[in-house]
Amino acid sequence: MDIFLQQIINGLTLGSVYAIVALGYTMVYGIVQLINFAHGEVVMVGAMVALWVITALAGSGTTLPPLVIVLIGTLCAIPACMAVGYAMERIAYRPLRNAPRLAPLITAIGISIILQHLAMLIWSRNPLAFPQIISNPVFHLGGATISGVQIAIISLSLLMMAALTLLVYRTKLGVAMRATSENPEIAGLMGIDVNRVISITFVIGAALAAVAGVMVGTYYGIAHYTMGALLGMKAFSAAVLGGIGNLAGAMLGGMLLGVVEALGTGYIGNLTDLCHVSWISSDLAERCAVDGHVILFGSNYQDVFAFVVLILVLVFRPSGLLGERVSDRA
Amino acid sequence: MSDTDTSFLKSRPAVWAGVALMAAALVVLPFALATVGTAWVRVTNLAILFVLLSLGLNIVVGFAGLLDLGYIAFYGVGAYAYALLASPHFGLHLPFWIILPIGAMLACVFGILLGAPTLKLRGDYLAIVTLGFGEIVRIFLNNLSQPVNITNGPQGISLIDPFRLGSFSFRDNQTFLGLTASGPIKYYYLLLVVLIAVVIVNIRLQDSRIGRAWVAIREDEVAAQAMGINTRNVKLLAFAMGASFGGIAGGIFAAIQGFISPESFVLVQSIMILSMVVLGGMGNIFGVILGAVLLSFVPEILRYTVQPVQTTLFGRVLIDPEVIRMLLFGLALVLMMRYRPAGLWPSKTRRREFAPRNGREGR
Repeated sequence: MDIFLQQIINGLTLGSVYAIVALGYTMVYGIVQLINFAHGEVVMVGAMVALWVITALAGSGTTLPPLVIVLIGTLCAIPACMAVGYAMERIAYRPLRNAPRLAPLITAIGISIILQHLAMLIWSRNPLAFPQIISNPVFHLGGATISGVQIAIISLSLLMMAALTLLVYRTKLGVAMRATSENPEIAGLMGIDVNRVISITFVIGAALAAVAGVMVGTYYGIAHYTMGALLGMKAFSAAVLGGIGNLAGAMLGGMLLGVVEALGTGYIGNLTDLCHVSWISSDLAERCAVDGHVILFGSNYQDVFAFVVLILVLVFRPSGLLGERVSDRA
Repeated sequence: MSDTDTSFLKSRPAVWAGVALMAAALVVLPFALATVGTAWVRVTNLAILFVLLSLGLNIVVGFAGLLDLGYIAFYGVGAYAYALLASPHFGLHLPFWIILPIGAMLACVFGILLGAPTLKLRGDYLAIVTLGFGEIVRIFLNNLSQPVNITNGPQGISLIDPFRLGSFSFRDNQTFLGLTASGPIKYYYLLLVVLIAVVIVNIRLQDSRIGRAWVAIREDEVAAQAMGINTRNVKLLAFAMGASFGGIAGGIFAAIQGFISPESFVLVQSIMILSMVVLGGMGNIFGVILGAVLLSFVPEILRYTVQPVQTTLFGRVLIDPEVIRMLLFGLALVLMMRYRPAGLWPSKTRRREFAPRNGREGR
């Protein structure tokens, strides 16, 4: 039971990050029906910029409290990512808006490679340690533990999701975004600057990605120029799981995927321990007697879960849990 | 009906002269390269392997219009099939002419396994799923060393047998009529034969009923279905065929290298092959060959130019040629889509398809 609760907590932490990144995918998809393949790289840029600033500040011997340093790092990462998001839309996607679907997807892959390798040139090809400057108190919760960073990640993402929901459903900009997503031509006729709305959508997504980058960085204590690719794919899976184009879906999908991954990683080793069925062969029984466990799939298969979930969702319910759009072919 | 620009084939004698010239050049090429260094023959062999892979991917992406980002997985399946059946790892040493078909079949099965559940998906979803599939295969290759050691994990499999026909081994040096052919040179000729066969198969496929069905699906799936094409089966066929070409190339790769590890079958490789297809011209066989040859030699040329230039300018290597290569790949993808979406040597239909249209796509 303790392991169960612990994995749920870890899953929710990771899931919050997935949800925040998934929001970026889903917002862009909702408006321009484009999978912004390079979104994961924006997360990486956010983590790298924050790491840069935090390391510089922490090393400069300032008397600023650690929390403020992390905050400054995040506040530097956000505009940097916004700039990347804006440039990406402007340079790569806008000229292709009327091209066949394949074209922007290929462009997105190109952008993703470029961002990764530029990051590798600027920061290094080795993993960088995220400075652990904030104290990370550990709280006990019914047999499991939850750290300060985990609490911060979960509550901050809930806060951001609430803010985004307010923005989309309660402001004029939100109305413009929803109108553009319904039908850009008509939205344009209604006096909405469609290009501006699309740019803003990319920029908001990028800002969320920046925060997610800082979160992952502080949570794992490490940043690497390739960290965005896998995270991006998992977040995309989360967006599809919830129903792409649907904000609530992305949040739900992210949390769910995080929990599935954590529980899966926590239990798969035990579940696929061949010693449960050691009666099928005497060889196996012998090995079990010596090693105790003969595990078929261990926790090193962690990264498989997201893809399996993605494929299952696409096969059995392509519109996702909350999605109303039917998946049609281009 | 042909998709390829064939107007240059009009004058017969000129064509035959050209073909003869090219054939002569291709025959002499490895010996010419060997005088510079055997390394260049190896590079050429790898380039031909990439041409094979690009032609395989071209069936899926170029002909049928299905974006496959996990193509390298089939290459990996073929390579591992060969490595496991012809190395001391399991103590099996089957001859290559048995293993290559097995590898092709296995890759084909994997292609169908991937294709069957996913082919009803819309194009961009398909891309992500294939990408995920490629990653899954790599993760399995990396981890299937426990509890039973199948793939030997990240260490990979070494001491893989070369191709052998009786006592004739493709690895050893051999002197024939006063000419010494090294292992890579012999592999070169083998690859050349395979390449010519694959090109002929591709050209025949393109103009066949199936090939036309693929193009029809790419252009408009609903219309194709209305014309009586069984879109699901035909798309599956594209996946299976592309995959088996990848499997064959993988087997040859394993034999040439003598060592494989999961490192060779990563996402970047899939993207590289995609870049070759896109750069050359999706759907045009000769365009794809051009793209693959260009992008295979770029890194080597960079290695020999960028490093010396940087050392003379700055006294040390500031930017790794590997990084420049990847940046160029990325840039090529972006710029090609923006300015020449149909590729350097486009197919006629594809060019028409990529011409800007009015209104929104895919609603």
